[in-house]
Amino acid sequence: MTATVTTARTGRTEDGQGPDGGRTRRRLPRVPDRIRRGGLPYLLLLPAVVLELLVHLIPMVIGIVMSFRQLTQFYISNWGEAPWTGLENFRVAVDFDAPIGQALLHSFFVTCVFTVCSVALCWLFGVSAAILLQENFRGRGVLRAVFLVPYALPVYAAVITWAFMFQRDNGLINHVLYDQLGLSGPPAFWLIGDNSFYALIVVAVWKSWPFAFLIVMAGLQNIPRELYEAASIDGAGIWQQIRRITLPSLRPVNQVLVLVLFLWTFNDFNTPYVLFGKSAPEAADLISIHIYQSSFVTWNFGSGSAMSVLLLLFLLLVTAVYLLLTTRGRKGSDV
Amino acid sequence: MRRVRAAAAVTVLSALAAVTGCGGGSSSGGSNESPRTLTYWASNQGPSIEADKKILTPELKKFEKETGIKVKLEVVPWADLLNRILAATSSGQGPDVLNIGNTWSASLQATGALLPWDEKNFEAIGGRDRFVDSAVASAGASDQDPAAVPLYSLAYALYYNKKMFADAGISAPPATWDELVADGKKLSRDGTWALGAEGANLSNNIHQVFVLAKQHGADFFDASGKPTFTSDGAVAAVKQYVDFMAKDKIVAPGNAEYAQNQSLQDFSKGTTAMVLWQAAASTFASQGMKPDDWGVAPVPVPAGAPGADKSTNSMVAGINIAVFKNTKNVDGAKKFVKFMTSDKEQILLNKTFGAIPPVKAAQEDEAFSAPELKVLRDTLAASAAPLPQVASESQFETTVGTAVKELWADAAAGRQVTTESVRERLTKAQQQMQQ
Repeated sequence: MTATVTTARTGRTEDGQGPDGGRTRRRLPRVPDRIRRGGLPYLLLLPAVVLELLVHLIPMVIGIVMSFRQLTQFYISNWGEAPWTGLENFRVAVDFDAPIGQALLHSFFVTCVFTVCSVALCWLFGVSAAILLQENFRGRGVLRAVFLVPYALPVYAAVITWAFMFQRDNGLINHVLYDQLGLSGPPAFWLIGDNSFYALIVVAVWKSWPFAFLIVMAGLQNIPRELYEAASIDGAGIWQQIRRITLPSLRPVNQVLVLVLFLWTFNDFNTPYVLFGKSAPEAADLISIHIYQSSFVTWNFGSGSAMSVLLLLFLLLVTAVYLLLTTRGRKGSDV
Repeated sequence: MRRVRAAAAVTVLSALAAVTGCGGGSSSGGSNESPRTLTYWASNQGPSIEADKKILTPELKKFEKETGIKVKLEVVPWADLLNRILAATSSGQGPDVLNIGNTWSASLQATGALLPWDEKNFEAIGGRDRFVDSAVASAGASDQDPAAVPLYSLAYALYYNKKMFADAGISAPPATWDELVADGKKLSRDGTWALGAEGANLSNNIHQVFVLAKQHGADFFDASGKPTFTSDGAVAAVKQYVDFMAKDKIVAPGNAEYAQNQSLQDFSKGTTAMVLWQAAASTFASQGMKPDDWGVAPVPVPAGAPGADKSTNSMVAGINIAVFKNTKNVDGAKKFVKFMTSDKEQILLNKTFGAIPPVKAAQEDEAFSAPELKVLRDTLAASAAPLPQVASESQFETTVGTAVKELWADAAAGRQVTTESVRERLTKAQQQMQQ
């Protein structure tokens, strides 16, 4: 932005015309330098800043304040009167010897395992599909469009469809597994009990992998074809090309992709909520649903807010460490 | 840099000011600043939101003609209603009049956002005596003025498939649980099952185990409002309910994941012979059943006939109508409640929605003497009890409802459901209750 401003100023003569004569007359009326230098960037940023404040920052600050108050149903109609409880809500949330803390810890572990599995599978599917569709062949465009369909579908409609498919007695999944493929034993439950975790992974990966596909596909466009041609002449096979050229070239893209997928997956609320309702099975008790239940279902908004703040701190920490490590790694490799 | 720091400080201060300024609605008893309009949130009682609008709009026009007050109607789906009410309570930006599920009454009463119905307010709508006692008892804690007024009442009944009963050689519906299990074993054969259940529906689980606990002489809360989920009676009640699948094998394992009224579909398809439900006639009709295909009887009891205490066979189900305390048309709101609870409107609306009027005079209308509604009416009058009217009722529904849901999952997966495993789940539920 600075470079553009400087160029415009130096390219202009005293009479307001540029060195190329009349062509610059068509430009917009000149904004005084003082404003352009000092206020214009801020003015242009103002709408975004105001919206960011309203949509993100102020609710976040309110949530943090709520976490220090005993905000139960007795105070929600006038919650300025809710008593301050200091760190009590946090103490209850992290008291892992008591049921509330234990349940939160369990939910945290379930979410961590879910996130690692889901992000890993999304990345794997996304990268594989993007590499496979890199070659030009008939029908490539159609396949690309088909792969992106889950990402384009409204989450609610898509997950409800999955919920129907996972029904034990009338669902498509069991019909295929037991009636078509002849799996033995009684049909499995997917929406209750331990299998609910796998059902959740399947839906989450189905929903999110096209994003990885899209981003990696875009990243692949920046790798020069000559590199592959040179490698091929030197005798490198397809695996070596992927290991030595594709993956290293995609490193900056992957760093952002994995971080974004991690944050989205860890915070995913829609998928478990639509799949299981307000009360998720223990095996699929993701932290977002757990916090929702601690707030809206039991009407203890102080406790729910404290859990949200802990989640925020955890995600900030992980993001900071991740960025630190990946930046260091990149600097190291640049040297 | 100094400017950035100053801007940051202003931002934080503004945010904190916003936080401290946010205090929700006022706690006054309402005003009459806007006497010509009212906003009304109706719950979805009919087959769809649109159908409800069609049913209610002509009535609201009548009210407008009588009083000159224009009512702006919004029919809110059940899935959203409680969250909408909570949001309205915390922001103070709610409707003037609204419908609430009667089991939420005490919890919402505790928020202090609803107008209390003291003697004076009841007088404005014709007096408390006009209403059935059990319905008023389900409108708030017993030691406080009700937080709402009963609007539509419902109770549970046993619906049974006549043909399936005849095919199994059963001549009459079961009156006791022993008879139900015995009949159930005859009915559960060749891919059909005796009883339907909604195992993953937390509220339905609560309604059933609450009644069974009553029959075991237990309550889920003591007189002071403290949870007593692990009493022997409560444990026995939950175990009895889940044993219909785990031990008696008269409920299909698949019912453990039902939460969207799938058990009614099974009943209509003829794969389940009995369901315990509230006013199911219109649903059966919409799913292609003829009125002669099914019969209705009171929900079984341990022994003898339905009655009070250990012979309770239903919760008092229903909808209450409430007024937000910070309404700007409190007199108009009371007039509207009076209109909606008038004998004439009660007969018309309850008949249309397949419910029982909580107003005594309206109950006498012939429309409520049909076999199904007579069973529901008699149950409400003699053998129904309100769910615990305590502030933490909502938590109770979540924690105990989830415990029962998990026990259904255990039973469906073939894991043993024992007194110890039931007590363990209920202990965990009780420990999660927090105030």
